[in-house]
Amino acid sequence: MTNSLLTKQSENLLFHTFDETLKPQIEDLLSLGKSAGADIVEIFLEKSDNISLLAEQDAISSVSPSFGIGAGIRVFLGKKDGFVSTNDLSKAGLLFALTQALGMLGLEIGSQNKNNFEGLKNLKDFGIDKNTWLNDSPDLNESTIKLLESTKLLASKNKNLQVRRASYSRNWQEVIVAATDGVFARDIRLHQTVGINVIAIKDKHRSTSARRYGSSGNPNDLRNWDIDKSSCDLNESAQKMLHAEYVEAGQMPVVLANKFGGVIFHEACGHLLETTQLERGTSPFHDKVNKQIAHKAVSAVDEGLSNYAFGSISMDDEGMEPQNTLLIENGILKKFLSDRAGSLRTGHPRTGSGRRQNFSFAAASRMRNTYIKKGNYSPEKLIESIENGLYCKSMGGGSVGPTGQFNFSVEEGYLIKKGKLDKPVKGATLIGEAKEILPRISMCANDLDLAAGFCGSVSGSVNVTVGQPHIKVDSITVGGR
Amino acid sequence: MMTSENKTTIGELNPALLNNLLEKYSKESKISKWDLGASSSKDISVQVQDGNAKQLKGSQRNSLTLRVWNTNNKVGITSTSDLTSEGIKKAMKGAIEASRFGNYKETPEFSSLAKSPLKNIKSTVKNNHRIDELLSILKQAEKKLIETHKSIDSVPYNGLSENYIERLYINSDGANRYMKLSQSSIYLYAKAQEKNKKPRSAGGIRINSNLEELDIEACIDETSNKLISHLNYQPIETKKYLICFTPDAFLQLINAFSSMFNARSIIDGLSLMNEESLGTLVAVKNLNISDEGLHPENVGAFSFDGEGTPTQNINLIKSGVLLNLIHSEATARKFGVNPTGHAGLGAKVSVSPDWLVVSKSDNEIDKDETLSVKTTLKEYILIDELSALHSGVKASQGSFSLPFDGWIVKDGKKTSIEAATVAGDILKVLKNIIKIENEQIVTHQGISPHIWVDNISITGEA
Repeated sequence: MTNSLLTKQSENLLFHTFDETLKPQIEDLLSLGKSAGADIVEIFLEKSDNISLLAEQDAISSVSPSFGIGAGIRVFLGKKDGFVSTNDLSKAGLLFALTQALGMLGLEIGSQNKNNFEGLKNLKDFGIDKNTWLNDSPDLNESTIKLLESTKLLASKNKNLQVRRASYSRNWQEVIVAATDGVFARDIRLHQTVGINVIAIKDKHRSTSARRYGSSGNPNDLRNWDIDKSSCDLNESAQKMLHAEYVEAGQMPVVLANKFGGVIFHEACGHLLETTQLERGTSPFHDKVNKQIAHKAVSAVDEGLSNYAFGSISMDDEGMEPQNTLLIENGILKKFLSDRAGSLRTGHPRTGSGRRQNFSFAAASRMRNTYIKKGNYSPEKLIESIENGLYCKSMGGGSVGPTGQFNFSVEEGYLIKKGKLDKPVKGATLIGEAKEILPRISMCANDLDLAAGFCGSVSGSVNVTVGQPHIKVDSITVGGR
Repeated sequence: MMTSENKTTIGELNPALLNNLLEKYSKESKISKWDLGASSSKDISVQVQDGNAKQLKGSQRNSLTLRVWNTNNKVGITSTSDLTSEGIKKAMKGAIEASRFGNYKETPEFSSLAKSPLKNIKSTVKNNHRIDELLSILKQAEKKLIETHKSIDSVPYNGLSENYIERLYINSDGANRYMKLSQSSIYLYAKAQEKNKKPRSAGGIRINSNLEELDIEACIDETSNKLISHLNYQPIETKKYLICFTPDAFLQLINAFSSMFNARSIIDGLSLMNEESLGTLVAVKNLNISDEGLHPENVGAFSFDGEGTPTQNINLIKSGVLLNLIHSEATARKFGVNPTGHAGLGAKVSVSPDWLVVSKSDNEIDKDETLSVKTTLKEYILIDELSALHSGVKASQGSFSLPFDGWIVKDGKKTSIEAATVAGDILKVLKNIIKIENEQIVTHQGISPHIWVDNISITGEA
């Protein structure tokens, strides 16, 4: 076995373009895996070219390009699987990884000699129209100019800003997936995201505010970013929260704003509908298909199809095209999100949801663009229906525990008094349990909108979209002081 | 292209080879100053479910970060996982391109300590085990854990892994650091369900330098005992309580606010502290907090940081006074001190603590000497584990609002809390500590005694 530093150029798959010409070499590996007795062998090859930039105040403080290569090889035998990842894309490196993965399941190359592998299908190339994406994206020069413009504009909007930061990342990834069931697919992915955040200080008061924007598959996204609108939005939030008092804790009705408010559904319900959770026996919804799990006002979907949405994909990381998956219809659970392993272990059909951060993770069932569908009310109607409660205009991050308990921080919140928005409050956390909260989402507004985010789980951090219209939760625990 | 004489085995970096390559490519690119950090790791891990193997994993990973100074003394970096000679050449090109955008106001230099002697860390590289050996051990652990109580029905999250890591730092000035170590770790997170009650869960983690010394029994016991103690739960009233943080929970809280000790965060205006905070009282007088990467219990310690600076033990808070900060080369230069061995590697270098150790000053008296987690009878909340630290902590404001696992304790009897959050201000917590217990407990993330704080807001679902 040689170190990848020493491999000869001619032996290294890295130096091939990711195209049909890789077929014979991949077929050789897959064939060896089958001859060892594996039920399925799957190979994932990846190249990446990423850039991240940071502007602080009026200077670029960090420019960090990074390049990656790698492969993940997974072998299934019955319901168990062995997965090995490596940076070594030489033939010898891949063979070693395959041998390791087989060995994990007690299999040895050539030992069974039962090779019923029929070869790969013709390459299904989802990347064919995307070959220019990398060059079409903004270069370092253009990106730095845009970021500095944004931090300058932030300064002009608010003189109380102690910290002004803008970050940009452009992630380009080329992948090939091949498996012994014949799947042979290539794709190119392009994600861009801009984050802006500020710390405002006046006397003893401090506030922090942040926003993130992102897209998938649009080389012009940074160019199209509306800096003026973003900086106005951020400054307004920072200014309002500067003098906010801490929220008083307790049970109360809340209205959650659209876009990133959808993080509550993502965490509180979406994760529990992944077969990854079903496999563990930790989802309270495991036996609830075709049963009421939410208020009849709630319908929700997960899909990978919306134009430019951060969680959209042409194919998942197992080479399958994404579906528009109806999760909940009028409160009734319809379907789970499933990947290859999840399907094998739970019986739920694959939905094009097998996703991973990169080659070093095995794919798992993960969300894509997940949102509650719009209802019939105006957002104002939801607020008007509350005597005393909380309006959550902007949510921070959140998480869900192994048995469905969730929590979210509220970045920008306002009290609701007699059906109207009142003073801003800070320090609020929403806590609860999925199966108790879903029946309490009693009203959905007509202003569905989506927001970009990152989701961390068993197969790493993946790009997702969360979303919803304004929704009303009849009662939820608000943590505060 | 490398010659076959230079062959190394998988997972082993070759400092001389990398050095030669960088010298060659830097000359070709007219770069006279460069440094690089590289790491290589290989690991295997297993997960089980209901007595069967679930997923078995292995990986072999390399990464390299290269930093160059261009002719205008502006710095650029690139990272890559492609450690072929072509990959490194591409990284050099990327770093030179990035250097055009280097921040001329803040150019990093080589660490002044990058060639000074290193402390001898007793790191061990043990023989690795076969995956079926790990599998067998974890299956036994799962079975044993489930058998400890009739209500424990599964261990949905579990893993046993063995890792081998090596790291190097070299620069064009002749610095040459290299170290390797191995680690083994286990985590068990079990679930229990009783009739007409909510499912409950709890977990434990153990890390050691090798599998033979990994205390799996203690991990099983801890997970089981915690989970059993959570079976009988109740909601609690929202109000202010006397709190006792377990060592794990207190270290989680301090780590979440470690920007207080971070010179980079202070310079950037992201910390609660500022340059004037040094030498001031920021906590009760009997509190000491140090960062001790070299502590013998820190099995993952490397003897140098990303810039090649030797790892050092630093007193951060001594008798309540903020005494020192953790530094990179650049921040140390700004503060007129030596770098402390806590840096990463980058155009703008970040710093982070290694291994926090919390202790009590000998010459100070607690505000309430009577409190003890073993004997106190009056009502208090024992906070064992904090959640959602990524979203519930405002490090630059000092505030936190965090869900937690814990118990309400009265007359010495622990009753699990159904669901609740704890909220407060870190500076008030540090100044309202009323008791620091004597016994220091080693955890997987550092060392701390139990810490008592009065008058903290808890929100329950009741």
